[in-house]
Amino acid sequence: MNYKMMGRFVAQILGIECVFMIPALVISIFCEERAAIKGFALSILIIALLGGVLYVICRKGKKRFYARDGMVCVGISWIVLSLMGALPFYISREIPAYIDSFFEIVSGFTTTGASVLPEVEHLSKGILYWRSFSHWIGGMGVLVFLLAISSMKGSKGGYTMHLLRAESPGPNVGKLVPKMKQTAEILYVLYILLTVLDCLFLLAGGMPLFDAVCTAFGTAGTGGFGIKNDSIAGYSIYIQNVCTIFMLLFGVNFSCYYLILMKQFRAVLKDEELRVYIGIVVGSTVLITLNLHGFYDTLGETVRHAAFQVASIVTTTGFATTDFDLWPSFSKAILLCLMVIGASAGSTGGGFKCGRALLLFKNMRRNLKKALHPRRVEVVYNNGQKMEENVLTNIDTYLAAYVMILIVSFLVISLDGFSITTNFSAVLSCFNNIGPGLEVVGPTCNYGGYGVLSKLILIFDMLAGRLEIFPILILLTRSTWKKG
Amino acid sequence: MKIIIAGDGKVGNMLTNQLSAEGHDITLVDSNPEVLEASIENYDVMTVQGNCASMAVLSQAGIQETDLLIAATSADEVNLLCCMTAHGMKQGIHTIARIRNPEYSDQIYKMRDTFALSLVVNPEKQAAVEIERLLKFPGFLHREAFVGGRVEIAEIRLDASNKLCNVPLTRLDSIVKCRVLVCAVLRNGSVVTPDGNFVLKAGDRVFVTAPTNNLAILLNNTGIITKKVKNVMICGGSKIGFYLAQRLQKSGMSVKIIEQRKERCIQLASLLPNVTVIQGDASSQALLYSEKIEEMDALVTLTGLDEMNMIIAMYGKKCGVSQIITKVGRRRNGNLLDELELGSVVCPKELCCNNIVRYVRAMENQTGAAITVHTIADGKAEAMEFRVNEKAIHCNEPLKALRIRKNVLIACITHGGQIEIPNGNSCFTPGDSVVVVTSSDRVLYQLDDIFE
Repeated sequence: MNYKMMGRFVAQILGIECVFMIPALVISIFCEERAAIKGFALSILIIALLGGVLYVICRKGKKRFYARDGMVCVGISWIVLSLMGALPFYISREIPAYIDSFFEIVSGFTTTGASVLPEVEHLSKGILYWRSFSHWIGGMGVLVFLLAISSMKGSKGGYTMHLLRAESPGPNVGKLVPKMKQTAEILYVLYILLTVLDCLFLLAGGMPLFDAVCTAFGTAGTGGFGIKNDSIAGYSIYIQNVCTIFMLLFGVNFSCYYLILMKQFRAVLKDEELRVYIGIVVGSTVLITLNLHGFYDTLGETVRHAAFQVASIVTTTGFATTDFDLWPSFSKAILLCLMVIGASAGSTGGGFKCGRALLLFKNMRRNLKKALHPRRVEVVYNNGQKMEENVLTNIDTYLAAYVMILIVSFLVISLDGFSITTNFSAVLSCFNNIGPGLEVVGPTCNYGGYGVLSKLILIFDMLAGRLEIFPILILLTRSTWKKG
Repeated sequence: MKIIIAGDGKVGNMLTNQLSAEGHDITLVDSNPEVLEASIENYDVMTVQGNCASMAVLSQAGIQETDLLIAATSADEVNLLCCMTAHGMKQGIHTIARIRNPEYSDQIYKMRDTFALSLVVNPEKQAAVEIERLLKFPGFLHREAFVGGRVEIAEIRLDASNKLCNVPLTRLDSIVKCRVLVCAVLRNGSVVTPDGNFVLKAGDRVFVTAPTNNLAILLNNTGIITKKVKNVMICGGSKIGFYLAQRLQKSGMSVKIIEQRKERCIQLASLLPNVTVIQGDASSQALLYSEKIEEMDALVTLTGLDEMNMIIAMYGKKCGVSQIITKVGRRRNGNLLDELELGSVVCPKELCCNNIVRYVRAMENQTGAAITVHTIADGKAEAMEFRVNEKAIHCNEPLKALRIRKNVLIACITHGGQIEIPNGNSCFTPGDSVVVVTSSDRVLYQLDDIFE
């Protein structure tokens, strides 16, 4: 294991985190919030110092990356990023326990949006901003950001592929253009453009600037931290609809937007994952609307709430306009299913991903046919392209790891004595980076009731969910740390 | 520049390595997903899996935005079709095709014009030409041509008996009795750009710039073997062997080819009636001995196995063959070969790759970038030829008055037809060709970059 190289890498990530914290500090100073100023200033100092020392120690490391180094780097970077990102909450005493601060920031970076706080409206502006901004950083990924800004001149730069693969969601991550730096730049430019657009639409609906920026961050990263206790419910119908649309937009594979920019509309329309994604959203909304008959006063209101909740859950954002815990069982069951499926590959959303589910289904159908005709040979196609067998095998492995983590986490957090629905939905919600679950962890409640062990398990789930399991799981494997 | 490389084999890989390091946007096309996977993990490139001659695959690789297509798959016909398809899909695209079948080698220029190819490369033929050049001047390990072949950078290894050992470079002219310039010395694996007080030692590999017609004088006066090569033994009757035997025979040398496969022997014998074709295992010392290896002036090992070539070369050296040329498939163990002191090493894939890279650089050169580039000293130094244009700085100023960057050396200036090995009073004017030698870690994009 090349520790020096990893150290230098983590140092760079810490540097970026420092810079990202500065706007929050400025907001705190602007709003004259003593505790928050102290929190951010001290945190920036500590992180800069740590990063600087690490960089000096490790500056001479080799530059060559292998698949293992890439994965370990991503896993460790995210953990360190979160450990440091929790400092402002803790130092400002706005979240008194460090474990709670850690939970909150992991929930932020992984774009989960699960909170331990019963009262968000008491938090200072700077802290609220940092909470929402962490969604935005985590949505597209901090390593992709590093790839976009740093120049890889001098080295061949192929190793960066390991980083992109480890951090970007999806079964089959590829580049948009030959150069990694440009690919990362394109992704971020699209991301920033969409975020700004969202923000402008929200402002047009009369939302205050601070609220609009924070809500846009939460939507863009498909995070879901609200700055109000009732999430989005208190805002106007227009704003709720804007949120619905933008949540859905951020759940689409970003390469589709690139194709649109390249004017290849046909390729976008033919994208199988996009079709599945749209199909799931429309289908679920219709089913829930039918199921909710008589629950709200008008049909319009029913459709609005159904669409919002479906968008919020399928893109794994986790905003809420209504307490869906009160909905009938069938609607809740649909939402639980949506939690598992999640958004598209290559989007900022979490979950199992539509694309992966689609391939899993195609592979299953093929193997069923094979059971009837044992010698039958069939190739799985996706978007007209032949899928390699190893991609399909990887998806099977992914599913196995996914289910195992789900079961183990569910067992461990059940020790805290909440109901089975609560525990199951809590694990599903955290693992798929959604936020709210059902009953005790429902949209109007929070995760504060869980003990330290359960919180640690949920933190693990959130990180594993965001990084698609392997980069985190690999940190726990003994062979990773063995020499040679 | 946006480049598509079709065929991710050895040449494709070498090109990817070089061109992606030079900052081009590379898209690789190959039908084998495994080699593509390896490439994407090693280089900053994009890959497309599929048949490179198919329109759908080419359009997926972004042919519309591409400036240059290099077709280097293992099949000539696919390469040609790929280039033709590319022309049909995008007007004005540059195309390079690798054509290696000897049956096409006579019509290669016609093909280039008919199919509007920019460049046709034939690695085997190129290697044969290179080997022939080396055999014409035994004693040089490598020769690189500049200014249309009128100036060369030649490599010599100094043995302990060489007259140049322990001689400071200021006294060099009095020994070789012609105007030459030592532009780089490879000592203990690192390259030095020497000044006048530098003293040459035994074991150095010296890179000398000289007008091509001075090379013979240089060899004569330094006491390096001057015996003309008359008898050549070629081990391995591959494509290179065929091209080489054909050329050597034309220049009046007596050629003997040893080849294992019977049918190939018959084929060679019918194509080359004046060449002695021996059927047998070239790695068998008894056979080599019975074919009088010790009486040969030169031995060229061209079998398909690098290990076999090296072993035959070692045996040849032991038998006292003065000129040995070893072909290797890839340079991965280049340093190892150097330690064996087997003589010249030729890598056809590398020659082909360098040729293409040179074309790419020339294509870029609307702004006065290098028109020829050769890698010398095991890739540790580069020699580049620039054309001086009107906008160049420091024209007509004597070199001694200029501040030239460290490790950069002006090796030759050509004014019109006149070749000048520069000294402090030399200067260059617009229209001249200037050959510059520099260490490989420094990138020179244009002539102005050599000044501080």
